[in-house]
Amino acid sequence: MPVLSDLIDAGRRIEHHAPWPRALVSPKAWSLAVEQLAYGRWSLVGLWGEPDRVHMTLLDEARDIGVISLDCRGGRYPSVGQHHPPALRLERAAADLFGLAPQGLPDTRRWLDHGRWGVSHPLAARPGGPAAASSYRFLPAEGESLHQIPVGPVHAGIIEPGHFRFTASGETVVRLEERLGYVHKGIEGLMAGAPVEQAARLAGRTSGDSTVAYSLAFARAVEAALGVTPPPRAIWLRALMAELERLANHLGDIGAICNDAAFAIMHAHCGVLRERVLRAADAAFGHRLMRDRIVPGGAASDLNETGTGSIRSLVAEIRQRFPHLVELYDNTASLQDRTVATGRVKVELARQYAAGGYVGRASGRDFDARRTPGYAPYDQLAFDVPVLQEGDVNARVWIRVREVEQSLSLVDQILGRLPAGPIRAEVAAADNAADGPREGMALAEGFRGDILAWLRLGADGTIERCHLRDPSWFQWPLLEAAIEGNIVADFPLCNKSFNCSYSGHDL
Amino acid sequence: MRKLLFESLIRPPLTERPPRSSDAAVDELARALDGIARKRLGRSLSIRAIDAGSCNGCELEMHALNNAFYDIERFGFRFVASPRHADVLMVTGPVTKNMREALKRTWDATPNPKWVVALGGCAKDGGCFAGSYAVVGGVSEVVPVDLHIPGCPPPPIEILKGLIALLDGANGKAGASKG
Repeated sequence: MPVLSDLIDAGRRIEHHAPWPRALVSPKAWSLAVEQLAYGRWSLVGLWGEPDRVHMTLLDEARDIGVISLDCRGGRYPSVGQHHPPALRLERAAADLFGLAPQGLPDTRRWLDHGRWGVSHPLAARPGGPAAASSYRFLPAEGESLHQIPVGPVHAGIIEPGHFRFTASGETVVRLEERLGYVHKGIEGLMAGAPVEQAARLAGRTSGDSTVAYSLAFARAVEAALGVTPPPRAIWLRALMAELERLANHLGDIGAICNDAAFAIMHAHCGVLRERVLRAADAAFGHRLMRDRIVPGGAASDLNETGTGSIRSLVAEIRQRFPHLVELYDNTASLQDRTVATGRVKVELARQYAAGGYVGRASGRDFDARRTPGYAPYDQLAFDVPVLQEGDVNARVWIRVREVEQSLSLVDQILGRLPAGPIRAEVAAADNAADGPREGMALAEGFRGDILAWLRLGADGTIERCHLRDPSWFQWPLLEAAIEGNIVADFPLCNKSFNCSYSGHDL
Repeated sequence: MRKLLFESLIRPPLTERPPRSSDAAVDELARALDGIARKRLGRSLSIRAIDAGSCNGCELEMHALNNAFYDIERFGFRFVASPRHADVLMVTGPVTKNMREALKRTWDATPNPKWVVALGGCAKDGGCFAGSYAVVGGVSEVVPVDLHIPGCPPPPIEILKGLIALLDGANGKAGASKG
C-alpha cells in the first residue's frame, strides 16, 4: 500500500515549504496518486493551478498531509477528475483561470468564466483574448413528462447569487445541477503581487460568514512560510474568536433551517442568541463579525475585562436558553417530519468527496482540522467532535447543536486559561530574502468545515501566489446528490442545512 | 413550547429604540428625490435585496434587521421576494462582471418610482476588489444609486438609520427641511 510520504520522497522536494512537504513529481507518480484517490484510500484536500503547473494537496490513510506538483508541458496534464469526480470543478476552475488543459477531463464546460471578463485565462502567463460568450449546456435528463425549473442567480431571499437548474417529475426532483461563479471577484488575481497586509484583508473578505476562519488560515500560512510563531496570548485569542464565529453561524443556521420548515419560533429565538453573540464579539473585539482582527503574526485587538465579562455573560445566557430550544426542536413532530430522512448524503459519498464540517460529520466522516492535523491551542483543550451516520437534514441540525455545546465549553476553557503577554509578533521577510521564495500552508476549521490556505511569498515579501480553498467545493456537489428523489419544496430546507458558501467557492 | 411562550410574557422586550436617521444620509437623499416621487410613496417601503458580488457579510447584517432587536417591519420596511413588488433595491458587493446583467435586469424589472441603496464599502466603489479583471466596480457603474450606506459590513443599526432617512426623505419631511 503506497504511502504519501514515499511518493513525496521520490519526487523533487521543494525547500522552504512548511509545515507539510511539497514535491515536484513525475507524471507517473501523479497518476499513482490519482489512483489512490480513485480507490478511496486517499482524500483530495485541494487542487489549484499556476501558470504551467498544477498542485494537489492530499491526505493519506495515516492522515498525513502533503502537496504534489506537476509541470504541465504546453498546459497539459492528466486529469484527476476523470478518475476522481471531486476534482472536476477544481480542474474546470484552474482551466478557466490558468488555461491549463486536463487531459481526459470529462466535463470541459467553463466553470467560473461566464464569458464576461473581457479576457480569458486571466492568471496565465499570457492571458488570452475575450472568451466568446456561449450559452451554458446543462446536463440532460430524459424521460416522460419531465419539466425544468430554473432558479437564480438572483434569489427570492437575502442570499448569495447562484443558479440552480432542477429537472422534476411532478414534485420529485430528478436532477439538480448547480451553476456557480457569479460572485467570482478574482481574489487570487488581486492577491498576486499584493503586500501581506492587503492580501490578509482580501482573505478576510473571501466568505463573510467565515471571516475569522479565513483570516486565521491565511495568517497561519504566512507564519508557516516565514517561520514566525505568534505570541501565546494571540493564539488563544484567535481560537476564542473562531469559536464565537462558529457559535454565531451555527445558532443562525439552526434557526434558519427550522424557519424553512415553517417553524418560525425557533428562528426568532435562535436569531436572538445569534445577535447576542455578535454583540459580545463587538464588545470584546470591536467588530460584530470580528473582521480583520486576526492578522499574520497575531491578533489586532486585545481582550480587556469588559470584553471578557460580555463573553462570560453570553455563554451563561446561551447555556440557559439553548437547551429549551433543543428540546423544542426534538419534541416537535411536525418539524421532525420535515427534517428526518430528508436530503440524505450517503456515508460513502461524504467519504469520497472528503466533505468537511457538519456535512461530512453528519454522514460519518470523522474529520475536524482542529484535531487532525490539529493546531494550537486546540491540542491543549478538551473537546469532542460529534459524528452521526444518518446524513439527513436532521443529522446536520444535530451536529450543529452538539458543536454549539462544544464551542461553549471551549470558550469557557479559553477564558479560564488565557495567557498574558503581547498579542502580535513581527512578521518580517527581510532576513529570509536571500533564500528565495518561501511557501506556507494551513488548514483551519471554520464553522462550515476545513479551509485550506496555500501561498508563496516572494523575496520582496509580497504574495506571489495564494490559493484559498473553501469547504464548499466538496459540499456543493453533494447537495446535488442529496436532493435527488426529494420534492422540490424540500430544496430550501436541504440547501439551508448545507449552507454552502457562494463567495468562498467563486473566489 | 409552552415554557418558551410563557417566558416571553414575563420577559422585557428585546427591541431596540428606533435610531435617528443620520444627517448625511438625509442630505444625500433629499438631493436624490423629487417631489412627485415623494407624494406617490406611502409610509411603507418594500425592499428587494440583490447580492451583486458581495462576500456575504452585508447579507448577514441585512438578515439581522429581521431579528427581534431591530424588527425592521415596525418601521414599515419589508424584504420582498420579487423586484416587481419592490420600491427599493438594496444592492451589495462590488458588482462582478458575471452579475452585471442580472443586476441590470432586476433593476429593469422593478417598477417606477424606485430607489437604489448601495450597501457597504464594496458597493460604493468596489472596495478592496476594485481593479480586478472580474469586477465592474461600484453599483453606480451599472444602475443609478440614490443612497449609499458605508461600512464593512454596515451594522444593522446603520442600515436602519439609512433606511429611515430614505423613508423620511420619501415622505417629504426631511426633504422639505433639508432640501
